[in-house]
Amino acid sequence: MTDKLYRIILFITALIMPIVCGGIVYALVTDAYDAFEHFGFLKFLTSSEWSCTEGNEQYGALPFITGTLMTTLLALIFCIPFSLPVALFVGEYFKGTKIASILSTVTDLLAGIPSIIYGLWGFYTLRPIIMAFNISPQGSGVLTASLVLAIMIVPYAASLSAEFIKMVPNDLKEGAYSLGATRSEVVRKVIFPVAGSGIFSSYVLAIGRALGETMTVTMLIGNTNNIPNSITSTGNSMASIIANQFGEADDLRLSSLIAIGLILFLITALINMIGKIMIKRARIA
Amino acid sequence: MVKDKLMLWSICLLATLTVVPLLAILGEVLLRGYDQLSWTFFTEPTPTAYKTMEAIKTGEPIPGGIANGIVGTMIMLGMATVVAIPLGILCGAFLAENNKNSFAQFVSYLTDLLQGTPSVIISIITYIWVVVPMKGYSAIAGSAALCIMMLPLIIRSTEETLKILPASLKEAGLALGGNKARVMLKVQLPAAFGGIFTGVLLAISRVIGETAPLMFTALGCSFIRFAVDKPISAVPLLIWEFFNDPNLQELIWGASLFLLLFVLTLNLSSKYLAKKWNQ
Repeated sequence: MTDKLYRIILFITALIMPIVCGGIVYALVTDAYDAFEHFGFLKFLTSSEWSCTEGNEQYGALPFITGTLMTTLLALIFCIPFSLPVALFVGEYFKGTKIASILSTVTDLLAGIPSIIYGLWGFYTLRPIIMAFNISPQGSGVLTASLVLAIMIVPYAASLSAEFIKMVPNDLKEGAYSLGATRSEVVRKVIFPVAGSGIFSSYVLAIGRALGETMTVTMLIGNTNNIPNSITSTGNSMASIIANQFGEADDLRLSSLIAIGLILFLITALINMIGKIMIKRARIA
Repeated sequence: MVKDKLMLWSICLLATLTVVPLLAILGEVLLRGYDQLSWTFFTEPTPTAYKTMEAIKTGEPIPGGIANGIVGTMIMLGMATVVAIPLGILCGAFLAENNKNSFAQFVSYLTDLLQGTPSVIISIITYIWVVVPMKGYSAIAGSAALCIMMLPLIIRSTEETLKILPASLKEAGLALGGNKARVMLKVQLPAAFGGIFTGVLLAISRVIGETAPLMFTALGCSFIRFAVDKPISAVPLLIWEFFNDPNLQELIWGASLFLLLFVLTLNLSSKYLAKKWNQ
């Protein structure tokens, strides 16, 4: 009897997950419906106009989709040259030593810093540096936002990749050494092929993180509603346009912002799902 | 051989470079924030625009502090944790007990989905679910957003800790005649306490610095308030306000220092506890 009751209670609490997730999709879709109906789904995705003049409101998501993709891709490019060495340092070269555990604690702490503080640091420290180098006149823009984003995703990519690098079987590496391979050859010809899919999936998950990052990007990207035409120009990402305008929006603009939210939700869900499936496969292999 | 050395050195160099941002951020926040920390900084609410202008005109330091934010953060975090802990633990127990059935796998997938959902989306959702029906921003809405963000973290840590407990523990309890609920309550959960506790600490440290989920839910408030159905402030929300208000920019660093120290202490102590309990 109590067993049954216990099972029922557990089942009911577990139902909360489908309810919450279903509720998220339902609420986003119903509230975004207005915008999609008014502009047409494809037109909304491909239109680059965003004007709130009364009577002639035009909303399109393209500038923000481009902004998000640009910041995320750039952040990924900036992140690889640092996260990969950290992963090799912790997972192979200094595996199990005190210095490796210090380094992984440092990267964990980096992951713990609130994003608004990253934004402040980017705004008050990095932005003046960018201005001093004359890279862009106003300092803020896609480049500044991506640099800080890159720092933010290094911990995620590094700790997961290190886990997969650690899992490479010793006999494989020893086999290669006994054939006369040097350490760098072992890294390139044994570790990367064996741990490759795991390392790749950790970057996919890091992308998932970067896509939805809100405060840092809002503070650094410059907040202009145009398609950024170079990496130094200003723009807006999907998360940052929502953060900027949601509070003052109503009716059609609110619906358009929620529609952008829905698109962002779907993209991150897709990327995260791909990452998780790849990780599961890499763990089994 | 030269190539090997080169690779080792470049790895060491690049890996050490990742320490730089942490030191730079900590250093900047510490240097610019430490002289703002004083007793009144923690007991006074944020100054009004008028008072600030007066102080700036006469060249005095800006009066006031972040007490309204601290109170708001504590209230919302408290409410969110009280709801999220039992729900998360039960849900995690469900996942650990039925890890083979397809509904549990579905729930497990949804947990990942929710964990990866951007915080700004959680804010929109809570706005639609709570703020619109209640016809106003409130501490309840803010804590609902924080609760949704904490849930997947607590579920995961509970599930993983329960899964690594030796099966013999549960079997011994059942063999002694306890039913499953009793064994879970008296044997498995106490044995998993360490892991679950550190999971909760990590979840708290993750959401305490979140700004986006509170922007359209708790909104902010310039005086100390204990009512849960009215707009309320939070420390990260205050930092965002200071950032946008040129008059209050001096207060940014004190508030950031407080938040950063709080988060990092929680983070480090949960790591330390996890290590201790694992031994």
